[in-house]
Amino acid sequence: MGKADVVPTPGVSSDTPAFDAVVVGAGPAGSATALALARAGRSVVLVERGPFPGSKNVYGGVVYGRVLDEVVPGWWNEVPVERWVVRRSTMMMTGTQSLAVDYRSAAWGEAPYNGMTTVRSRFDNWLATKAVEAGAQLVTSTVATGLLRDGHGRIVGVRTDRDQGELRANVVVACDGVNSLLAKEAGLMAPAEASHHTLGVKEVLDLPGHVIDERFGLRRDEGVDIEMLGCTRGIPGGGFLYTNSDTVSLGVVLSLPHLAEAKVRPEELIADLKNHPSVAPYLRGATLREYAAHLIPEGGYDTMPTMVTDGMLVAGDAAAMTLAAGLWLEGVNFAIGSGLAAGRAVDRAIAAGDCSAKGLASYRSDLEGQFVLADHKRFRKAPALVLSERIQQRYPGLICDLVDGMFTVTNPVPKPGGVRLTRSVAAKHGVKLRQLAADTVRALRVFG
Amino acid sequence: MSAAGGVPGSGHEVPGGTWRGISFEDRMSTVEFRVGERAHITVDSDVCRSCTTKACVTACPANLFAPTSEGGILFNYEECFECGTCYMVCNHEGAITWTYPDGGLGVVFHHG
Ligand SMILES: Cc1cc2nc3c(=O)[nH]c(=O)nc-3n(C[C@H](O)[C@H](O)[C@H](O)COP(=O)(O)OP(=O)(O)OC[C@H]3O[C@@H](n4cnc5c(N)ncnc54)[C@H](O)[C@@H]3O)c2cc1C
Ligand code: SF4
Ligand code: SF4
Repeated sequence: MGKADVVPTPGVSSDTPAFDAVVVGAGPAGSATALALARAGRSVVLVERGPFPGSKNVYGGVVYGRVLDEVVPGWWNEVPVERWVVRRSTMMMTGTQSLAVDYRSAAWGEAPYNGMTTVRSRFDNWLATKAVEAGAQLVTSTVATGLLRDGHGRIVGVRTDRDQGELRANVVVACDGVNSLLAKEAGLMAPAEASHHTLGVKEVLDLPGHVIDERFGLRRDEGVDIEMLGCTRGIPGGGFLYTNSDTVSLGVVLSLPHLAEAKVRPEELIADLKNHPSVAPYLRGATLREYAAHLIPEGGYDTMPTMVTDGMLVAGDAAAMTLAAGLWLEGVNFAIGSGLAAGRAVDRAIAAGDCSAKGLASYRSDLEGQFVLADHKRFRKAPALVLSERIQQRYPGLICDLVDGMFTVTNPVPKPGGVRLTRSVAAKHGVKLRQLAADTVRALRVFG
Repeated sequence: MSAAGGVPGSGHEVPGGTWRGISFEDRMSTVEFRVGERAHITVDSDVCRSCTTKACVTACPANLFAPTSEGGILFNYEECFECGTCYMVCNHEGAITWTYPDGGLGVVFHHG
């Protein structure tokens, strides 16, 4: 298996492509694409700029693995898992309060499982290895620096930063992640728009496994996923906490333009979260192992680029495929799903001898027919709702105060009635009952 | 261990354990950077002088943009996450030239 230090001899002078496909980026999207193509018997080279797959990648994170059922049967027996998520908690918070909806499922702790915590240096490497075992050629420490075009402007490969490092192929699959310089160069994507992106900053904290078990109510291999709303000083976004084997991942996700405007440093918001009375006791004594940052394309369906052009496809985060709709933060499964579909589409196009945009068009319809674009289409209005001012700045406090009003015993003053309580709490947070009702209806529509 | 031969190593232990106590230097010392000779990002301080927001200064998670007394920006590319925040929040055309470091160089995450 290739510790590939050498770029495969490219057909520099000839017009014949050296490969059926060159896939740029060995993240989940790229490795899934390469896996599908190699399995179909196509020659494929997978180019990764980091020293190993996963070395440039950061997520929360939880991987939802069922998308692998068909390509790696029994994947759960071999995937590098930290813990299987059996508990999922959604927390609404203010600086001093929190209300959690806490769900636990025994079924999530058994095969085929639901979500797993894993780290990207290990998971991405594992998936890339699958592609290599199937016959793909992995080339690490190599940047695809631009697109090669023929006389008609059709994309015929990529330039790399290696000597004589041109890679010619029938099709280029751009799986180069959120900043996708290739999709931009191809003219498929408009220049980056800050408002469609959030910044995620994360701390991985050392904490012994048995301490994690005790504090979070877990048995070995069981994990928890906590999503938090209202913990980012009004900057649209949220927080997350995930348990790994012997570490805890804690971070915040922040709307870029609002972060810039607030003039707050991102690590201060993590510090806030770590000192929150609902979070601090979990982390007592934990020490920082690694700090990290990465962008998320949060705009959803309406901000996706054109996905196909002559000789090129775009998959995963490069095509803004992370589903980040408040209740969900899923990107790896969408990247894998789109990568597998890209691989299938390229295989069909090559078989038909037509790698033009028309020949590759089955990619889009394939995605529309499965979760990748179906989920995005269904929840296309969710990003705007979840990042809206009332949801972000008013409702967490409003909801916490409602619960406070119900559970704080004010003897000898009698308990307040529900309607009066709701009205006064809503008024305190600057929300009219009419707006509350309208937002409820809107939420039902968006998520229903 | 793997197709690519990378060995996710162990991170640094940071003494103490109280969050506010971690200096930014200690925080960044937990991250591995394989620093290349070429600056993959450059900032044109002359353009920055006319910028009133200086959005990059607080938003860059690696804190690499330092305002100068002349109203410009002093930028150091060495400990960069390669995230893209800076060019997205900057609204001055030409202030930031943004590329990736050469292959194999730059940030290496072990617990991403
Ligand atoms: C803070 C945060 C939390 C998240 N939490 C979750 C979560 O819990 N669950 C989940 O499912 N998703 C989560 N996501 C989203 C998830 O990380 C992404 O959706 C996923 O990584 C996308 O996979 P990808 O393969 O498309 O892109 P990436 O994983 O970004 O991979 C792109 C690859 O391309 C390489 N590359 C880029 N340009 C070039 C080039 N020019 N030449 C060569 N190589 C190149 C990069 O080095 C990288 O390896 C989170 C994201 C963030 C930032
Ligand atoms: S880099 Fe952009 S945002 Fe930062 S100071 Fe210069 S012009 Fe302003
Ligand atoms: S890419 Fe990210 S870490 Fe690097 S300078 Fe820009 S904002 Fe800072």
